[in-house]
Amino acid sequence: MTGRPGPGASGRPDPVAVVAEVVDPEMPMLTLADLGVVREVRQDGDDDTVTVTITPTYSGCPAIDAMRADLRTRLNEAGYPRVTVHTVLSPPWSTDWISERGLRALAEHGIAPPARTVRVGAEPGRAAARSGPVALTLTAPPAAVRCPRCGAAATEELSRFGPTACTALRRCRSCREPFEHMKDI
Amino acid sequence: MNAHTGTSHTGTSHSEVAEHDPTNAYQSLSETVGHDDPRWAFGTGVEDVQTEIVAPVPDGIDPADLVAYCLMLGDDALICSHRISEWVANAPELEEEVALANIALDLLGQARLLLARAAHVEGRGRDEDDLAFWRTEAEFRHVALAELDDQLDFGHAIARLLVFSTWRLALLQRLLGSRDPVLAAVAGKGVKEVSYHRDYAARWLLRLGDGTAESHLRAQAGVHAVWPYLEELFRTSAQESRLAGAGVGVDPAAVRDEVTDVLTTVLGQATLELPAVAPVGLLGGRSGRQGLHTERLGHLLAELQSLARQHPGAVW
Repeated sequence: MTGRPGPGASGRPDPVAVVAEVVDPEMPMLTLADLGVVREVRQDGDDDTVTVTITPTYSGCPAIDAMRADLRTRLNEAGYPRVTVHTVLSPPWSTDWISERGLRALAEHGIAPPARTVRVGAEPGRAAARSGPVALTLTAPPAAVRCPRCGAAATEELSRFGPTACTALRRCRSCREPFEHMKDI
Repeated sequence: MNAHTGTSHTGTSHSEVAEHDPTNAYQSLSETVGHDDPRWAFGTGVEDVQTEIVAPVPDGIDPADLVAYCLMLGDDALICSHRISEWVANAPELEEEVALANIALDLLGQARLLLARAAHVEGRGRDEDDLAFWRTEAEFRHVALAELDDQLDFGHAIARLLVFSTWRLALLQRLLGSRDPVLAAVAGKGVKEVSYHRDYAARWLLRLGDGTAESHLRAQAGVHAVWPYLEELFRTSAQESRLAGAGVGVDPAAVRDEVTDVLTTVLGQATLELPAVAPVGLLGGRSGRQGLHTERLGHLLAELQSLARQHPGAVW
């Protein structure tokens, strides 16, 4: 760590700025902040201690441990020797937490971004209070997902599940390229 | 651990890793192997970083009831997740393998949270891994449906998944308002995940039931195989009854109508018959919730627990 700012040294970057640059381990075109999983960055008492609060996308998302480790490493490198990463589940993450910049970054890298959901009576990113059971879809949903490569509207779902917990697999009927679509949840 | 990689990491100047290639998903992995976090291994210690897991037991609740209830819902997810994961390297198509693995992973995530909560409230120094890997058969609290062996028959697996996810979704929806913050938070995430699982299973049952003569036959056989295990899903244990009365848990008897409605709708559209079969009964008044399981569980646990038991405390 020679040449790096030591603990307590002046000129350390703002921990919020350090956290803002950490990227998602599975979708490295997105920062964790743009993905919407960073809930809080707090610098405590002695200034050497930083507490970051994040939330998982899916309950079993295996990337959460990598996120924790990456946050700790980056903050240590930036001169904060004591880093705690908390995980909270509530309010649950949804694709509405992804920033506008994040949506653009996904599209630019060939992943069709999720649609913005409209939830009556709910805060953005919060699950709407539902009175009845979740709608059971027994017919194909409207294919409103555009091809991120050629922009064609005619795309089809290949699989409801993709290579990561948060994506589905689709194919463009026009350019025939397969692509990932971030599931709308 | 990580002594070799740790050395190489600290020997790398920061400028060499600063450039980030947004198309290289492996970069962040290779950049961060140098610290001591036991990543990718079991034993990553959910409890000490989960803010909600350590929340106090709600007023007026017997901690032993809450522990038992977290084990019930956690074991349902853990054991069913294991059964579904048996399809990895065995599925008919790669896409279905990925789908089933994703579903298993969601359920495993739910199981970890619930077992971590059970371990915390229990207060005996055990963690989620101890509960998953070091309990014996009679200490598990899942329903028989979760451990049902599908013999790697896809129709059977889909029928089991439809019933399991329809029932679990109905429970989780009612747990959104639980007075226990962990149960409410697990439900908040789980409702979205399990809705997706149910949708996946319903679509497949439609394709199979309303497909070819062979797929219809296999789907109907799958439905027949799981139907005797439906009744147990609506039996109320003593703990569930007390927790439901206190606004913490759900009385499973209360979801019977909703679950039956959904299953009847899907089966009808899939041109499949509702089986008229006798439910599996109780033995001395006991079933899965009381720790009584079928002979299948021993085989399942032998596989699920073998690594942890052969290498206690192992990390990599």
